[in-house]
Amino acid sequence: MNQIFKARVFRSEWRKLRRPTLFLGTMLASAGLTGLVTSLLFLLIDSPQGNSDRGNMISREILQLPSGLTIGFSNAAGLLGIVALCVFAAQTAQEYTYGTLRNLLVRQPRRLQLLLGKYVSMASFAIVMVILAAVVSMSLAFGLSGRAKVETDAWVTSDALQEMAKTFGNVLLSVIAFGTVGMILGLLLRSPISAISLGVIWLLIVENILVAVKSSLGNWMPGNLMSIIAVGGTTDISYTHAITMVSIYLVASTAIVITLFKRRDVSN
Amino acid sequence: MVGMSNLAVAVQDLSKKYGDTFAVSHANFEVPMGTVCGFVGPNGSGKTTTIRMLLGLISPTGGTGEILGHSIKHPEKYLASVGAMIEGPAFYPALTGRENLNVLATLGGYGTDHVQSLLERVGLGDRGNSKYKTYSLGMKQRLGIAASLLPNPKLLILDEPTNGLDPEGIQEVRDLLKSLAQEGTTVFVSSHLLSELELISQHLVMLRKGKVLFAGKIEDLFLAQQPFILVKTPNESDLPKISEIAAAAGHKSTIRSGVAHIEGPAEWAAELNKSAFAMGITLSQLSPMLPSLEETFFEMTGDSE
Repeated sequence: MNQIFKARVFRSEWRKLRRPTLFLGTMLASAGLTGLVTSLLFLLIDSPQGNSDRGNMISREILQLPSGLTIGFSNAAGLLGIVALCVFAAQTAQEYTYGTLRNLLVRQPRRLQLLLGKYVSMASFAIVMVILAAVVSMSLAFGLSGRAKVETDAWVTSDALQEMAKTFGNVLLSVIAFGTVGMILGLLLRSPISAISLGVIWLLIVENILVAVKSSLGNWMPGNLMSIIAVGGTTDISYTHAITMVSIYLVASTAIVITLFKRRDVSN
Repeated sequence: MVGMSNLAVAVQDLSKKYGDTFAVSHANFEVPMGTVCGFVGPNGSGKTTTIRMLLGLISPTGGTGEILGHSIKHPEKYLASVGAMIEGPAFYPALTGRENLNVLATLGGYGTDHVQSLLERVGLGDRGNSKYKTYSLGMKQRLGIAASLLPNPKLLILDEPTNGLDPEGIQEVRDLLKSLAQEGTTVFVSSHLLSELELISQHLVMLRKGKVLFAGKIEDLFLAQQPFILVKTPNESDLPKISEIAAAAGHKSTIRSGVAHIEGPAEWAAELNKSAFAMGITLSQLSPMLPSLEETFFEMTGDSE
């Protein structure tokens, strides 16, 4: 019985998510951002300014490895995460600003099921987004490899397939984690503009400033850790540490917002 | 006293307190099944807060309530049979009217087959595919009413359903509520248009400053009110003499806009006519009246807005 209720919420939420401006706009943004990051990776391969984020160099030798096919895709994960954060935050907080939450709760008074169904539907939206981004990135990688003089023999091996699956899983985890942050902010702030502004400003500006001032803070910054999950860990911060910390952050904050959502009066 | 099984709504000492202020204070009322019950009160009297408590959107700070025999602590047990529009319509601007109803129909598990017939029932049959943001206030209100009818409700709770509607729209809503009541739906409706409520309601709950002033059959409310007689004469100078006749019989009277208003029962009108005739005064109007709901409301709430 409970399962039926969740399915209803899921299908109902998708009626909102599939509206053309939101669906096509988000998919185009994701494809465009991933395409841009992947294109720059190959087109600027010989540039002294670097071809990756923060001026890092990713050489031909690295791109020619089995993991080279998905480097552009994983590098774009942070941007995909920001897109997911915006979608999750907007879809959640708009229920308060439009006043539609009261309609939803009259039709589905089990608040936890409403929240869960909404979350699962948005997570599935994120899966579609990440699949599209992966297809665009890998297609461009193949397309631009000749121009960048990158050998692709290793990209069509079983090792490459394993790398692809691993990277896809990591990017998806990262993007859904970003989205979860968006939903948490949406529930806490109950305003799309406030939720998105706070999320984006913190993740793109505040964290970078803090890490620039004291690099060890990178071990604890949620945005940094979620990006590290996407690339499978770095030499400075392990994948396990990133997953553990992000899980702790999300579980704790989710518990708080669920409690608030269940108990808070809906008076707007 | 109506048996509990015949009650659509029953609340006992229902209260909601914000800080030191009671938004609703120890409210007690009942709404029998199959009736239209008007819910009236000045702005800020606690109508919407009460409705939100009945729908499980906010938690009472005191008292109890039952909807369709289930405690309001468990809205999941009765909301599938309740349609509601609270504090005006609220929908997604970027979706069409039809899509908005589909969202709620899917969520409630009602299926989307009868969405078109609902749109037609509220006069939006040809505008269902227009985006909600292009709707006029009246159209938004109609869509809200359509959404409230999605579950084919046993109990319909409407908060100001005629806001923004033109006279024709108001008439249509009145007819719709009447037909729903005839089909057996209990309607609990708040409105500022007291004359409309007077036409369709059998029961009434009147609130002021969070407290229930009256709850019961609308005829009981009128019976408790002071009847009056309106008197007009061809010559206005005769009206003071009419007042004298009333005073001699122990009835208060006032003269306003060329009309004498005499507080007295309908039966005394014949006596008045006889006395006036004896004094050589001709009456051009002699109308025994009961106060309208609006007049009763203003008298009881002390609200002259």
